[in-house]
Amino acid sequence: APQWGERNPEYAVDAELTSETAVTTYNNFYEFGTGKGDPDARGGAFKSTPWTLTVEGEVLRPKTFDLDALLALAPLEERVYRLRCVEGWSMVIPWNGYSLSALLKQVEPTANAKYVEFVTVMQPETMPGLADRIIDWPYVEGLRLDEAMNPLSMLVFGVYGKSLPTSNGAPVRLAVPWKYGFKSGKSIVKIRLVEKQPVTSWVKIAPHEYGFYANVNPEVAHPRWSQATERRIGAGFFAPRVPTLMFNGYADQVASLYSGMDLVRNY
Amino acid sequence: MTRSRVVVFLLCLYPLGFWLAQGFIGGLTANPPEYLTRSSGEWALVGLCLVLAAPPAQRWFGVTWPLRHRRMLGLFTYFYTVLHVLAWALWEQGWSLSAMWVDIVTRLFITVGVVAVVLLTPLAITSTNAWVRRLGRNWRRLHWLVYPAVALSIWHFWLVRAGKNDFADVWVYVVVFAVLLVTRVLAIKNTGAGRRRL
Repeated sequence: APQWGERNPEYAVDAELTSETAVTTYNNFYEFGTGKGDPDARGGAFKSTPWTLTVEGEVLRPKTFDLDALLALAPLEERVYRLRCVEGWSMVIPWNGYSLSALLKQVEPTANAKYVEFVTVMQPETMPGLADRIIDWPYVEGLRLDEAMNPLSMLVFGVYGKSLPTSNGAPVRLAVPWKYGFKSGKSIVKIRLVEKQPVTSWVKIAPHEYGFYANVNPEVAHPRWSQATERRIGAGFFAPRVPTLMFNGYADQVASLYSGMDLVRNY
Repeated sequence: MTRSRVVVFLLCLYPLGFWLAQGFIGGLTANPPEYLTRSSGEWALVGLCLVLAAPPAQRWFGVTWPLRHRRMLGLFTYFYTVLHVLAWALWEQGWSLSAMWVDIVTRLFITVGVVAVVLLTPLAITSTNAWVRRLGRNWRRLHWLVYPAVALSIWHFWLVRAGKNDFADVWVYVVVFAVLLVTRVLAIKNTGAGRRRL
């Protein structure tokens, strides 16, 4: 079993952790179905070993990593991150992993690399949701290269000091805490560095509702609901909603990435 | 109370009982407010379809209890509709009237839902025998509002699902409603049965 690493005090959240049960049983992972309980209930047959992750595209040293190589690539640490879902709920989660930049540096992006595309696995025999064509599978997400290189962008292998369960994106996923949760791809098999902005899955389906940037922003409403507040999962039946923070509370670390950009247009 | 009346009453309490039982065993998911908001809305939609299905159930299958207890079915449907609205008001809007108003005027899916509730409200109020007598022939005319109310409710549900591109259960309601609407219109045209039998 890998060593999951010490908690890094630099990444702390001034709030109680969401229970492990809630974190692992209340998920959006449409490859297993659209119900929040589907990934946990229907994920039992998923094969997360053996696993390989290929990093390719605009890089000098494209490479396919197996899971052991990924786990040995940089020291693991625990970081407590906020997770804000675009649907208006949020959690506080202790992830285990390291900064995505550690992996990207290994493959040496070329000068043409401007964006990073993340592709989720397709296992039709274990992922019943793939039969529904809600998404043009596989699930694709993307970041600008500078966003991906920001130390907050995290490659995650564990949660609560254990290997990721299927529902959370076993065996390797992203956590990009200043963006809505759907930006953090799960069960990633391919990372591609590219020159042009990738056409991500949700931008393809509903570009007016889900933008490429998808930065958490209380001032930019979703067409069907306000994003000014959020419901903290586990807070209790009559707990009031809490205000949503700009960049989900990570403005100090990431606001400079967007200086001069119109965040209403680039939602 | 006849026995069938008691049975229908208990059946109508099923969603409420189910929520309470799930609440006790922690079965309302990690996000009970959202679960209850959605569940109450879907049960209201089920209730509306059952109310509309009452006349054809009798005519085609000889099943008489839905029509005999249609008032109770309708009132329970309104009860679940009100719970749905209260869930939204509490858990989405924190009882803030100004926030509710902004939501109603700026978001089509809320507007559509609110209009449906507004249409259903006079139907619930005029469900008593006294109101049936008082309104006479107009009572039946007024209660035709249930059709636009159901259409709007399904539209509301469609808009809820639109962003997720997930319309499977919306289509079920569309088909059920279309079948019920067409049969009702045909029944009236051919036999006048719909007219005479309310």
